[in-house]
Amino acid sequence: MAKFGERLFNWFDERYKIRGFIEFMSHKSVPQHRHSIWYYFGGVSLFLFIIQVVTGILLLLYYRVGEDSSYESVQFIVSKVKFGWLIRSIHSWSANLMILAVFIHMFSVYFTKAYRKPRELTWVTGFLLLILSLTFGFSGYLLPWNELAFFATKVGTEIIGSIPVIGKELLIIVRGGEDVTGATLSRFFGLHVAILPGIFTVILFIHLLFVQIQGMSEPPEWEKLPPEKRKYIPFFPNFLLRDLLLWLIILNILAVLAVFFPWDLGKKADPFAPAPAGIKPEWYFLFMYQTLKLLPPKVLFIEGEFFGVLIFTVAGILWMLVPFWDVKTEKGYRNRLINYIGLFVLIYMITMTILGYALS
Amino acid sequence: MVQEHRSSRRNFLNYILGFGFLGWIISVLYPIIRYIIPPKIPEAKVKSVKVGKVGDFNPGTGTIFKFGNKPGILIRLETGEFRAFSAVCTHLDCTVQYREDMKAIWCACHNGVYDLNGRNISGPPPRPLEAFRVIVRGDEIYVSKEG
Repeated sequence: MAKFGERLFNWFDERYKIRGFIEFMSHKSVPQHRHSIWYYFGGVSLFLFIIQVVTGILLLLYYRVGEDSSYESVQFIVSKVKFGWLIRSIHSWSANLMILAVFIHMFSVYFTKAYRKPRELTWVTGFLLLILSLTFGFSGYLLPWNELAFFATKVGTEIIGSIPVIGKELLIIVRGGEDVTGATLSRFFGLHVAILPGIFTVILFIHLLFVQIQGMSEPPEWEKLPPEKRKYIPFFPNFLLRDLLLWLIILNILAVLAVFFPWDLGKKADPFAPAPAGIKPEWYFLFMYQTLKLLPPKVLFIEGEFFGVLIFTVAGILWMLVPFWDVKTEKGYRNRLINYIGLFVLIYMITMTILGYALS
Repeated sequence: MVQEHRSSRRNFLNYILGFGFLGWIISVLYPIIRYIIPPKIPEAKVKSVKVGKVGDFNPGTGTIFKFGNKPGILIRLETGEFRAFSAVCTHLDCTVQYREDMKAIWCACHNGVYDLNGRNISGPPPRPLEAFRVIVRGDEIYVSKEG
């Protein structure tokens, strides 16, 4: 048997030179320090993404997009198909946990300054993955075609219309018409199951490739320690096994959430019914939603919504470019300003989210 | 001299290739972008709709009705008088509703409030609701756009 394995390995090595790759992987190591825990959240995000792909494909077997079939087919999935409720619940829960994991991953990278040279592009690709994840969430939310999703999409897309000059045209492109209708549903479906997965997979591949080539970032203070004080653990098998153990725990949490808190389907969307009370977007959009709610109708001749969108866009771009304007950390100095900005952003997001829940 | 001549010929070819490439990109992108923009579907301009019978609406209630492909709201005041507005919130496109407890028109999305004349009185709505004319002909209620 061992001989057969060896022969198989040699067969591949002769053709594809995999020995170098195996060698590289076996020497990969992960720094061990008091912030090591944050290294796991990228892996957790990846695991949850894999779950999204698997459960998403399963849902596709029964889901039928359309004003007259979307809601009905999801109802069919959760009530008639064996374990349909489980698959759908896991897809919804895993989506939310994935966004949470991505946020934790991003903030931990930010505060440990892991974005600094030479990992600028890992940060930028990571930021793009966050934006894509949010778009995944927004487009997927509409697909069951229920009341909440219908109005959330109406409001969310209407904000695009507040952009001067091109807003109206852009709104029609996003909605597939002037209103949120079956055309919007088809568009979001295509985006959610074809366009986004394609782009996401490519950028994810690049992101992971960068991480593999450069290895794990080490905190600036830790980097300055004498070599004998810096501990490493091998990636294979030590780190990988810990990763897998954590993935197993996450899978259990998911199962518990899906079983005990199954995702509600709600009422079918009716374009001629008033918006239901207590309508709110998903929690990860709540801080933006709450900000827009607090803005006056006009800010300095600019429409309130557009002003909000402008602020968030500029802030997002600055956030994405942080490795390029934080020149102090790169040179090995402490940059407290970065910490203050990060703390402000974090506290702002948390406060606005809590306000969003408390004020309704 | 020959060298210069050659390099200018090379430049010329590069320009031709460059413009060719640009043209090729545009000829690929243009149809795609035009495809993404949905065609305008001509819709019959609705001027007036029949909403129902007077007896269907109790005083102090509001009902959403179809006005073309947009929702409208018909309110019967406590006095028995009818009023009708577009039910599309002027803020972000949500559908408003009548709140008996507030004696006002309310939008659940961002807590916008309009009085019973359709004027925006609190919350984010920037403009009043578009008002419709209510015509009661015998027993039947018609709602029409002004003008």
